[in-house]
Amino acid sequence: MAYSDKVIDHYEHPRNVGRLDDKADNVGTGMVGAPACGDVMRLQIQVNDNGVIEDAKFKTYGCGSAIASSSLLTEWVKGKTIDEAEQIKNTAIAEELALPPVKIHCSVLAEDAIKAAVKNIREKRGQDAGEAAEEKAAG
Amino acid sequence: MTMKLPIYLDYSATCPVDPRVAATMASLLTMEGNFGNPASRSHLFGWKAEEAVEEARRNVAELVNADPREIVWTSGATESDNLAIKGAAHFYQGRGKHIITSKIEHKAVLDTCRQLEREGFEVTYLNPREDGIVYPEQVEEALREDTILVSLMHVNNEIGVVNDIAAIGELCRSRKVIFHVDAAQSAGKLPIDLAELKVDLMSFSAHKVYGPKGIGALYVRRKPRVRIEAQIHGGGHERGMRSGTLPTHQIVGMGEAFRIAKEEMAAESERLLGLRDRFWGQIKDMEEVHINGSVEQRVPGNLNVSFAFVEGESLIMSLRDLAISSGSACTSASLEPSYVLRALGVNDELAHSSLRFSFGRFTSEQDVDTAAAEVRKAVEKLRELSPLWDMYKDGIDLNTIEWAAH
Repeated sequence: MAYSDKVIDHYEHPRNVGRLDDKADNVGTGMVGAPACGDVMRLQIQVNDNGVIEDAKFKTYGCGSAIASSSLLTEWVKGKTIDEAEQIKNTAIAEELALPPVKIHCSVLAEDAIKAAVKNIREKRGQDAGEAAEEKAAG
Repeated sequence: MTMKLPIYLDYSATCPVDPRVAATMASLLTMEGNFGNPASRSHLFGWKAEEAVEEARRNVAELVNADPREIVWTSGATESDNLAIKGAAHFYQGRGKHIITSKIEHKAVLDTCRQLEREGFEVTYLNPREDGIVYPEQVEEALREDTILVSLMHVNNEIGVVNDIAAIGELCRSRKVIFHVDAAQSAGKLPIDLAELKVDLMSFSAHKVYGPKGIGALYVRRKPRVRIEAQIHGGGHERGMRSGTLPTHQIVGMGEAFRIAKEEMAAESERLLGLRDRFWGQIKDMEEVHINGSVEQRVPGNLNVSFAFVEGESLIMSLRDLAISSGSACTSASLEPSYVLRALGVNDELAHSSLRFSFGRFTSEQDVDTAAAEVRKAVEKLRELSPLWDMYKDGIDLNTIEWAAH
């Protein structure tokens, strides 16, 4: 299948590959997907006291589009607040990388990963993610 | 010497036409060539074409030690499988409506069996053992009073393992059950002696043996006589079993390809085995690398390998200089890994991480060395990127984790 230049660029030069200490108080980890489905993403964000994402790292088991989606995501979330990062939509990722329809699920997985990472840091900080979500849903 | 890239290592999918075959075929096309319709009885053009077709039929028959009159031309192994299975099922349905096959057959067999199920036949799909082989005792257990047909492949297209068709043939014959064998992946690679084997119907393809695409053959045994119902009706060509004007150039191409195969098979098999061992020798020391299917009972040119903790499609993307197949069908919407590997009990993540390397007539030692080095590099790179590799290195058993399937 033909990949877009952006997918190939991220695949060949993935940004922010690595891992952060998932035990640290200022690190949120999101692990999504399943090996049986052919993709697993681990996204980690390091968040300062103001809720700003200072660093982000990823590792992904999956196809080129999954790797590119997570690599792009780490670039996008750095410097954003966790509230802003949470708002990133899979459609924006899919559009930026020009993913074909059969690869849209890769961008969905990336969206799930950042949501899971934010949820994790909120839980660590005693902010009830469920409550925040409920408020949002109610609002 | 500069290498030609990408390196073709997908001979199980198809082969280039051997230049000797191509040259022969070219002589059958134009006004100056032998272009006639072999069914034309009234002039030299027809007679010459018929002669060429019959010589090709002899060449195909000789490779498998059959009588030329037992060879029926088709458009390829898919049509041969359809003709054999539907043809025998329809002819013998008065005796019973039960068919036995396996879960790892080619789709040409599986989908044909599905169609017969819709028509009221009952099909048993045998599960191969872990080594990918369907054993005669499994067939014996599945045989019933109303079984009319057993259809099994000689060599599996994905993992290259070889079924014992001699033993299964004896079994079928003793129970008066028709035995069909798909030999698309074995003809020209393994010796086949139909005078000895108790096989009633056998499918062949030209393009897996360095012949052209679009031509194949079905062997239909004469003694004891096996009957099939035609699936394509028309001018009564091929003794009524398969109508349609014979494509002389395709047929002669297949004949020449099979003639060369008979001549060169022994030496070629030895060379391919050497290449396969050479390739495997350069990657086998890597951690968590597994061969799928029996190593001993396998055609020389095939190696199907799982590289744990990396995903097949991204691996192929890294291996742009190699033309190979992935056991992962991730490009399809289904996200299903290979049904063949699953039937062997290979877990889904290993199935996703598997590659099929198939070596052939034009593969060189240099090709194999380059391929092995590229594979090592790609797997190492992707493992650095893989959270599963991290977990494995941390001593975490991935099976203990509850994954959210999506």
